[in-house]
Amino acid sequence: MNTRLLPFAGFVLVLALLGFGIWWSSTHDLREVPSPLIGKPAPAFALPLLDDPSKTLGSRDLAGQPYLLNVFASWCFACRDEHPILMAEGKRLGIKLVGFNYKDEPTDAKRWLAQYGDPYDVVVADLPGNVAIDFGVTGAPETFLVDAQGVIRYKYISPITPAIIATELLPRIAAMKKATP
Amino acid sequence: MIRDVFASSSLRPQERKTGTRVLTALLLACTMLAAVLPAFAAVDPLPFKDRAEELRFQALTKQLRCLVCQNESLNDSSAPLAADLRRDVFEQMRAGKSDAQIKEWLTARYSDFVLYDPPLRGGTWLLWFGPLLVLGAGGIAVFFTVRRRAKVLPAGDASVRPASDVEDDW
Repeated sequence: MNTRLLPFAGFVLVLALLGFGIWWSSTHDLREVPSPLIGKPAPAFALPLLDDPSKTLGSRDLAGQPYLLNVFASWCFACRDEHPILMAEGKRLGIKLVGFNYKDEPTDAKRWLAQYGDPYDVVVADLPGNVAIDFGVTGAPETFLVDAQGVIRYKYISPITPAIIATELLPRIAAMKKATP
Repeated sequence: MIRDVFASSSLRPQERKTGTRVLTALLLACTMLAAVLPAFAAVDPLPFKDRAEELRFQALTKQLRCLVCQNESLNDSSAPLAADLRRDVFEQMRAGKSDAQIKEWLTARYSDFVLYDPPLRGGTWLLWFGPLLVLGAGGIAVFFTVRRRAKVLPAGDASVRPASDVEDDW
């Protein structure tokens, strides 16, 4: 092999590395914080209901059936984009839709739901944001799919889209239903 | 300079003086505000019991990444989540947990992403030793290049050396 070609080979190698970097960063969201909780039991929690803070709902009450936990807030712009999709397709999922009101004033959250509609079966409020930290929430919207055993099966950061529902959520829910009829 | 600007205008001396004063006061206020602003960047004074505890807290939170503004440390960020996490870190310090235990608590929720210093394990060896590999490859390339040239131009034989710089070969 001609050693004169060595620098050129090195150049091509560096070029390939940089090209890989461009490809990787354009197909992956580098800002997305990976969740170590997938495949692990959802953290135990008990939070007041948004409608009635004297009552609480916890992981124990939700056990035995799969549910979708959707982190939202009235201050969250992206939640406005996600909201119509949950309104239109939430029922199609066939599982309990739990709203997780994150660091939000209850009056604001209630007004938001009254104004745009309430897609949730039940809404819990985490004003101090402690339970959210246990779930590894970095912002809103985020969505967790939890199975009947209370294990987190899937997490999605940023607004849910019909494509995500069709390709990620529905197949997983169907598989869960098959496993525990 | 300010005086010059006003001197060239058609204002009467009395007005000029007032204008200069107002401007000076304004400039002074801006300077003072600029000096104080950094202190407001992350407002959540924590009740440290002594300087040592505060220093430990600062050192620890500087090694942790804010999950919202991801190129800021937990120590610098003014994001609400960062404030919550600072409070949690502080409470755990008070509860007597070690820095390693606190980091473990955070990585259990937010993965290694929360650490600025990635731990050495299977998936990260390329990250840690990649630069060394590149350096080694470069070293080998330099070694062979030098040896090849030493053969072409035997050491000490200055007469064979061309008049121009050897660098021209590149």
